[in-house]
Amino acid sequence: MTNKEAVLEPKKAQEMIDVYIMGKRYKVTKGLTIMQALEYAGYQMIRGAGCRAGFCGACATVYQIKGSPQLKFELACQKEAEQDIYLTQIPFFPANKTLYNIDTMKPTAEDVLKAYPETVKCFGCNTCTKACPQEIEVMWYMSDALRGDISAAADKSFDCVMCGLCAARCPQGLMPYNVAMLCRRLRGKHVAPRSKHLEERLVEIKAGKYNTEIEKLKKMSKEEISKRYASRDIEPEK
Amino acid sequence: MYPSEMQETISKLLEKREERLKVPFKRITLEEKAPLLNQYHPDYVAGSMREIRVGVDKGIRAPNELADLLEGHSRINPDKIDLSKITHDVDVLVIGGGGAGASAALMAQEQGVNVLLVTKLRLGDANTVGAQAGTQAADRAEDSPAIHYLDTMGGGGFYNIPELVEALTTDAPGAIKWLEELGVMWDKEPDGSMHELSGGGASRRRLHSARDYTGLEEMRVLRDEVRNRQITYLEFEPAVELILDDKGHAAGAVLMNLETKEIIIIKAKAVIMAVGGGGRLHYQGFPTTNHYGATGDGLVMAYRAGARLIYIDTMQYHPTGAAYPQQILGQLVSEKVRTLGAQLVNRDGERFIHHLETRDVVASAIIKECRHGRGITTPTGQPGVWLDSPMIEMVRGKGTILKEIPAMFRQFMRYGIDMSKEPILVYPTLHYQNGGILIDPSAATTVPGLFAAGEVEGGVHGRNRLIGNSTLDIFVFGRRAGVSAGQYAKQANPGKLTLEHVGKWEKELKDAGLKDRPISPMLLPNYTHHENPLGLGVGIVPELGEE
Repeated sequence: MTNKEAVLEPKKAQEMIDVYIMGKRYKVTKGLTIMQALEYAGYQMIRGAGCRAGFCGACATVYQIKGSPQLKFELACQKEAEQDIYLTQIPFFPANKTLYNIDTMKPTAEDVLKAYPETVKCFGCNTCTKACPQEIEVMWYMSDALRGDISAAADKSFDCVMCGLCAARCPQGLMPYNVAMLCRRLRGKHVAPRSKHLEERLVEIKAGKYNTEIEKLKKMSKEEISKRYASRDIEPEK
Repeated sequence: MYPSEMQETISKLLEKREERLKVPFKRITLEEKAPLLNQYHPDYVAGSMREIRVGVDKGIRAPNELADLLEGHSRINPDKIDLSKITHDVDVLVIGGGGAGASAALMAQEQGVNVLLVTKLRLGDANTVGAQAGTQAADRAEDSPAIHYLDTMGGGGFYNIPELVEALTTDAPGAIKWLEELGVMWDKEPDGSMHELSGGGASRRRLHSARDYTGLEEMRVLRDEVRNRQITYLEFEPAVELILDDKGHAAGAVLMNLETKEIIIIKAKAVIMAVGGGGRLHYQGFPTTNHYGATGDGLVMAYRAGARLIYIDTMQYHPTGAAYPQQILGQLVSEKVRTLGAQLVNRDGERFIHHLETRDVVASAIIKECRHGRGITTPTGQPGVWLDSPMIEMVRGKGTILKEIPAMFRQFMRYGIDMSKEPILVYPTLHYQNGGILIDPSAATTVPGLFAAGEVEGGVHGRNRLIGNSTLDIFVFGRRAGVSAGQYAKQANPGKLTLEHVGKWEKELKDAGLKDRPISPMLLPNYTHHENPLGLGVGIVPELGEE
């Protein structure tokens, strides 16, 4: 199978770049993502590849450009490989996940700390924030959680793909992405107001309010239902 | 900033934007739809499909790439597998760790049975996390499950199985509620009512979203709950073959550890297949939105075990895959971008299809524009049309894009394209398997003891799925499969474990004159640049299937 991820068969000679995978040099075509560069070089991924679209967090990557002292962090499927990039993937990093019953927890600092007591050890170095490939303000949502502002922690951490780089970089052994997960669930379940129209609809469904109409639709011939479909009214976009 | 030749077509787009904002665009009629699909939808490309020559549904058609795998050789030699060496003996085995598998596992456990979930990659590495736009459920006063039913049938070309659509649409509000109870952060108005948008083919606003991370939010909550409830799950250990008992009922699976190549035998009283679709088979060379493990394994294993399939000759090409830049070619541009009001525009700056038609229609219309020279071509030769994303904020106000579609914004900003100021280039990309394993409303397949949920099953969506009905499907049929399998397992009494069906399959291939077929399931695609001497998929495996 050819690579459908990128146009690898150039019409004209393509520019090649040097990439260093775990220190070893490979020549790959310019313009590939880090993940495509790994594959181009011959790596058949097992770990370190998931959705390939920036959502699953499987392809957390640490890299450095030769000569620069700065470590950088990205998702391999989203970041373009550059000349002289030194890279390694961190497809897994140990981090505790506390078991809890979301039903009986409260959206308070106390309950978050009960689940993740080491959170108090944050000394504000902000390394977590710098490590986040999603540009989330990790330290700030951890501080929200500590203050008991669960909604703010949930909101700020919302774009988290749980790649684990924050935990990998924390010198104090905190698990920010797991704390964030808890905060979002606490907000969704215990803070956000419930939807009245949803509750009402559930009562109606249980009472069988729509059964007759659906039964009627189910029995329609293709011609009948096509006609009904074509004449249905369409609510304006909001 | 786009290359100059692309930039030129943007000036035409800008010229006509004011007018496009004002003048409504006509919806397509059913009479116009049929010829458009016939001429331009990839499902209708001559020579792209063929008949399956073996198995219980011999004679049905499938894309060539899938047909090759359906007619493939097993990865295992049944004579060399010792089924008495059982690693896990459970009540319910769930194969697949996406939204359907996780939902099924949770519900099966609630039936009071012992559950094991196994998955090829990590728990949650699935198409579920890539679902952006939302989940459909008719819960507003202006809407009803009956209207949802009608929309779903129409979207599917009226080929859907009515009883499955009934289950889908009447369970939908309950699925939303279930997820809310688990702590999913639905987008809501300040009073708690759901913030719902419209979508292609939906006649009401009924998309429940979590920004444009809807599937990710749903999946991470389910995964967290699977962990909290201490359901055992095995990662990087995909199933490679189902195990039956001597009555022909599903009774477990053979797994393979992808890293160590170890073979693992699972015995189960009921099995739920929830492994998703096959976008990574790249039908007709299309790029795909699908996750790395989407290689059609579920169809292969279930078919070999005797399960009937339905509508596997129809795939969904999502109208808006990224066509530029090349690094993200084929990655999903959420339908939510159109839902929020972005129009599709050709190189002359003109609309050619209403942006909220069903996906099969919109994809066909885009292909038509490009085929007739009305598309925009990138420097690598990739055609596409403009999706006029800056319109969103002209209509809905500044800040809408960051609030509603932060993932999309981030994806394009990584490549220096600000979609709130510049349009984005799109072209159809392989997205979804409309058909699959035939199920009934209890999620039972035609093989006793085998249930299926999510993208791997078929019949729910007919020949074209609507936006927001896929995540809905995984919760509705995932939950149903969990309950059904749990109940089934309680009274099941499996006989002797056997892989006889695998031996029979090889004989059937031989009798049909099919030799040297690919080995399947494929498990993973191979994107390495150099020739892989061991052939398809994970190179480490073929020796297991050889004599």
